[in-house]
Amino acid sequence: MDDDVRELYQEVILDHGKNPRNFRQLEDANCEAQGNNPLCGDRLTVYLKVDEDRLIRDAAFEGRGCAISMASASMMTQIVSGKTVSQVQYLFDKFHKLCTGEIEEFPQDEFAHDVDKLRVMSGVRQFPMRVKCATLSWHTMNAAVSGDSETSTE
Amino acid sequence: MDATPSNIDLQRSNYDVDAIRADFPILASEINGYPLAFLDSGASAQKPECVLRCMDDVYRRSYANVHRGAYTLSQAATDYYEGARKTVARYINARSDDEIVFTHNVTAAINLVAHSYGRRFLQRGDEVIISQMEHHANIVPWQLLRDEIGIELKVAPIDEAGNLLLDQLAEMFGYKTKLVSLTHVSNVLGTIVPIKKVIDLAHERDVPVLIDGAQGIVHTRVDVQDLDAEFYAFTGHKLYGPSGIGVLYGKKDLLNTMPPYEGGGDMIERVTFEKTTYRDAPARFEAGTPPIVEAAGLAAAIDYVDGIGVENISAHEQELLAYATERLNEVDGITIYGEAQHKAGIISFTLDKVHPHDIGTIIDSRGVSVRAGHHCAQPLMDWLGIAATTRASFGMYNNKNDVDALVEGLNYVKEIFS
Ligand SMILES: Cc1ncc(COP(=O)(O)O)c(C=O)c1O
Repeated sequence: MDDDVRELYQEVILDHGKNPRNFRQLEDANCEAQGNNPLCGDRLTVYLKVDEDRLIRDAAFEGRGCAISMASASMMTQIVSGKTVSQVQYLFDKFHKLCTGEIEEFPQDEFAHDVDKLRVMSGVRQFPMRVKCATLSWHTMNAAVSGDSETSTE
Repeated sequence: MDATPSNIDLQRSNYDVDAIRADFPILASEINGYPLAFLDSGASAQKPECVLRCMDDVYRRSYANVHRGAYTLSQAATDYYEGARKTVARYINARSDDEIVFTHNVTAAINLVAHSYGRRFLQRGDEVIISQMEHHANIVPWQLLRDEIGIELKVAPIDEAGNLLLDQLAEMFGYKTKLVSLTHVSNVLGTIVPIKKVIDLAHERDVPVLIDGAQGIVHTRVDVQDLDAEFYAFTGHKLYGPSGIGVLYGKKDLLNTMPPYEGGGDMIERVTFEKTTYRDAPARFEAGTPPIVEAAGLAAAIDYVDGIGVENISAHEQELLAYATERLNEVDGITIYGEAQHKAGIISFTLDKVHPHDIGTIIDSRGVSVRAGHHCAQPLMDWLGIAATTRASFGMYNNKNDVDALVEGLNYVKEIFS
């Protein structure tokens, strides 16, 4: 269990948790959504700039939460930038399944580079109560591109 | 039943926490390879062997539905159920068993009052006074009533330490004040509210009072005749009893003026399609098959608590609270929330730069169970200007090792986050 905790709270996560990247409001965002985790009261806002080809030009977020949710949101903004909406929805689906233990590994495909980052988060598998912390930002991003302004992990 | 101070000292020296721990089977567990340090009794307490055995016995030997069958087993189950009502009545010194309504938890008890008493006696513009440190269970039912009939909610303030500001509360009463609904003990700050004073204040103005005793009855002796509150509500699972049962104490005459809350079997006198008449309290408020075995379990828990003496339990918890406060203050970056003059065994804190959820997960890996979050008291959290705290709460079975495990766990958190 100590090992599981160490795996979950590894350097990369602690670093992103402490110094989240793209932690700001995006002035020219055209998609945004609020995510709530009613269990813990944590909330965050995801901002996206999506062009007419459904390509995500820029991503940022603001909010408060635990190290896991902050790190996950931070990494997500890095990953989704430069991808199309359908690509990030594909990644979300796989990431979600990885966190809940539905799949063991990411498929080997063109996203191998991003997948390395996401794999870091998959330590939450050992902590079912914390899966929502890891996936909140992704749910929120998904709501933003789908045109929902509010989402919740429930 | 007030123990004199010397009496308490005498008894406390005999307080055998090891013997008590041995009565709670779950405390022998290992969690993630470490001995369990259970510090979340404020959310729900563990159960002693006698409660488990009692419930098992009822199911094995005395189970049937209550009040319905003219046969031996139904009578046996009814005896357990009605016997439990007697035990509760005696424990809180009610005038009559009829003043004890069994519900599913304290939340249901408060909703019962809001719906039944509220709809009958409150009108648009009437005011209900609550406090800044209520659990959502004593906020949301009044908001539902507000949305439905247009009452107003007034919130009594607290000071930085978490003391209820009685003078300001006194000034909030007006001719439209129709009810005060207040927690006995704050589940976040640990504040023991001087409810007797509040009840007296309210009664001077002819205003009835409901006390949310979910945390209060666990840490203090409750004598409803001495308190004189119109309603006192609590929940079984925090009092070492099973989940699924709560109690609403209400003054009998008042209960019998209130309309039913839920309709169904067991609460009626006579039903025709044109008109139904209702039984008196408590049956009027107990529609459908009640929590039979849970009632028996609650009575066993109360007998157990009473055998040890709630004054002794609370004295033991005070020692732990003092020890925990001292040890936690040694940890760099800790802020403790709640420093009221009178505090129960509940201690909420934050640790610089670490979110309570991360603390919860990490110290659980060392066997320590604490609650992390907003504790169903978001308005209080907003007032404190924080999103969440970590909360350790003590039960009769906790000891200094549990506190030490907590402090060691926090040091491990700091190591990871350093
Ligand atoms: C002060 C207070 N009121 C109400 C409740 C709700 O209790 P229950 O969930 O058993 O209804 C709790 C506990 O969660 C509490 O601490």
